[in-house]
Amino acid sequence: MSGDPNSNGRVPGGTGTGASPSAQSGAAPGIIPQHATHAAPPPRALPGGGELRRHTLIAIVLDKPGVLNRVSSLMRARNFNIDSLAVSRTDQPDVSRMTITLHGDDVAVEQAAKQLYRLIDVLKVQDVTSESTIGQELALVKIRATEATRGEVLKLVELSKGRVLDVADESIVAEVTGPESDVDNFVALVRGYGIKELVRTGAVVMARGSASIEEAVKR
Amino acid sequence: MTMTKGTSAKPPSPTAPSPAARRSHVPADGTSGAAAVEAARKEMLHEARPRNRTRIGADVVCEALLRQGADVFFSYPGGVILPLYDVLGDYPELRHILVRHEQGGAHAADGYARVTGRVGVCMGTSGPGATNLVTGIGTALLDSVPIVAITGNVPSALIGKDAFQEIDINGITLPMTKHNYLVRDADDLPRVIAEAFHIARTGRPGPVHIDITKDALQQETTAEHPTDEEVVAGLPGFRPNLDANGRQLKLAAQELKNAKRPMILAGHGVLHAEAWDDLVAFAEKTQIPVAHTLLGVGVIDETHPLSYGYMGMHGWKHVNRAIQSADLLFAIGMRFDDRVTGNVRTYAPYARIVHVDIDPAEIGKNVAVEVPIVGDAGRVLRALTPMVDAVDPETRAEYFNELAAWRKESEGGSWHGSGAWREGVLSADYVVSRIGELTDHKATYVADVGQNQMWLARYTGFRDPNSHVSSGGLGTMGFSVPAAMGAALGRPDRETWAITGDGGFQMTFQELMTLVQDRIPVKIALFDNKKLGMIRQWQEIIYAGNYHSAHLLGPDYLKLAEAFGIPAFKATKPDEVDDAIRAAQAVDGPTLIWFEIAEEQNVFPMMPAGKGLSDLIEKWDGADE
Repeated sequence: MSGDPNSNGRVPGGTGTGASPSAQSGAAPGIIPQHATHAAPPPRALPGGGELRRHTLIAIVLDKPGVLNRVSSLMRARNFNIDSLAVSRTDQPDVSRMTITLHGDDVAVEQAAKQLYRLIDVLKVQDVTSESTIGQELALVKIRATEATRGEVLKLVELSKGRVLDVADESIVAEVTGPESDVDNFVALVRGYGIKELVRTGAVVMARGSASIEEAVKR
Repeated sequence: MTMTKGTSAKPPSPTAPSPAARRSHVPADGTSGAAAVEAARKEMLHEARPRNRTRIGADVVCEALLRQGADVFFSYPGGVILPLYDVLGDYPELRHILVRHEQGGAHAADGYARVTGRVGVCMGTSGPGATNLVTGIGTALLDSVPIVAITGNVPSALIGKDAFQEIDINGITLPMTKHNYLVRDADDLPRVIAEAFHIARTGRPGPVHIDITKDALQQETTAEHPTDEEVVAGLPGFRPNLDANGRQLKLAAQELKNAKRPMILAGHGVLHAEAWDDLVAFAEKTQIPVAHTLLGVGVIDETHPLSYGYMGMHGWKHVNRAIQSADLLFAIGMRFDDRVTGNVRTYAPYARIVHVDIDPAEIGKNVAVEVPIVGDAGRVLRALTPMVDAVDPETRAEYFNELAAWRKESEGGSWHGSGAWREGVLSADYVVSRIGELTDHKATYVADVGQNQMWLARYTGFRDPNSHVSSGGLGTMGFSVPAAMGAALGRPDRETWAITGDGGFQMTFQELMTLVQDRIPVKIALFDNKKLGMIRQWQEIIYAGNYHSAHLLGPDYLKLAEAFGIPAFKATKPDEVDDAIRAAQAVDGPTLIWFEIAEEQNVFPMMPAGKGLSDLIEKWDGADE
């Protein structure tokens, strides 16, 4: 047994008209590149071997018991790793909206979206990664702040356009809202003072412009 | 409320009642929730209640089953589903088969669905009854078989209390069903059951599970059954695409036109769509040979000139060879399972792929394709056939000659074809081909899992759609006998043969008694090699002959059958095979043939897991005896 895919199957008709699948994709039918008779074809491209990047999916779902469980169970079972998941009601009484961020290549995330579509309670799924969107996240940070450092910490909160929600002897609670990277920056900035607690909502995302993903499913 | 781990218990607060005061054992006593829990508990303990012939939830279940055309269902009673059994007597049109184990019930519903194309129904009680159904539900999911599984659950007030026979079956079936429901209110039952049947059979079929609390089964209700339109309107998230995109069809037609070495790969989806005639019409017009998957057995009569055979891990060498050299694969209703492709990197290296499937998630999942088409196999074929030019077979002469030569070589070189089996020893492929021959290829053949499954698919000679039943995706051993039970009830006009190894048979032979009690005429061909044959084959070839647990003791199957009251026959030599089969055919009712086959026959060719279609093993030193 060898790894040579030709060990059983010959090149079609012995004429060597085979073509590499990777070279073919996108090529117009009929312009099939010629192959040397004896050359082994390159390996078939696997789906999902592309570059990993962060994707954002918006899912509009029916507000039924267990729908969050269905979504999270599916992502686990299909081996997708969720970075964050935010769920809330929408203006329609029986419809909820999920914002899911996950890492993967384009094909894998497309597969995740298609799998989500298979759920009966899912009305619409959209990958908004390459669209123009607004993405906001809210974080509450309980920062160690003694009398000596309180001033500095308050200044940092102010400069980061955060708000102070609570002040205590040893700490303050600050709220920051903004794109995920802003929240990351703020957290990194105050880490040196000591973070006692941190909670983040995960991103909620909406596309810019007048188009509406929810209107598309309005009943 | 804050729950903290690791802190020591606090002393009782001063407001707690003194020990002298009479203590209630009911948590939160005095609240309405606690009262409901108590009432439900009493209800559980006192099953006997006066017969109440107002319409209750259990009636709704029976009415709904009849409305859906389910004339038979497979079930096992238990505490919380007893309200249903209390009313079953009032619905004589509903045939209830009392199985001996819920797994058998689920497989029977599955077998029924596969041969009829209708939705199969199985039921069980809560707890162990429900968990016993799970293997059968998983089998149906992986093979996209429409079944509805109904379980009772503890009264709704007891849910979450770890009540007797309570398990979170809804949570268990959630990832292994197309959809599932928990019903706590009888008023929801008509809608839920109608939705369940609609979901199970529409689009890509699959199992749906309905869990019904005992109080919902007992609750009086006047809720009406919804119309089909109401069901569809109530499921805004379930709108399968049945018709293909016209642009994609044009692209596919162009691919077909360009192809010099095309091959059709047909799967289970063609059977689901009942599109076997459309497939043959398409293949004849385009003059493209048809290869089929394991579950696609029966999509085309194997004697049809364009039928090329069974592909994949244990498929025919000539078929895999043709796939490896094809320049176009027209895949329809199949999902490029790893048993079909082997190593994807080396799969069909010269081929462009047109992939037709009703489930968009299947396209591009395992193999990248050039032309994706989402739609029902039948509708796609009917739309595409007029768009393609009729092909003159003469233009494919060179291709066809090569295919024919490969086929001759591969079939002639196989054990079966060469007849090289040691003289006087009973080989499984011979038995299977005799069963095919003596039943005139017109029976329903139900496979178990392992070597027997591969022998059946390879050597029976299938002519008719839905005549082959096999657990392909989940590979559930013990499937054959119970699935044949359902298949025999679904298609009483055909003989039903359950083909099983001694391993799978020993997993579920309790259903023999069901066959006897309900006089279900299943003919069991038991292939006894006193081994877990496929395990032994893998251990021989891949694990250097380290035969751990491959040897399997079995009972005297003639005595076993006698104990069940089943006429049984035995064959140990090739010349006894025909007589045994004919004797079994003459039995009116269930029967068993014990074939003592050669102990160490392998299924060849074989593609080792992880290897490619071109890496078939066809022989093994010293293996074939």
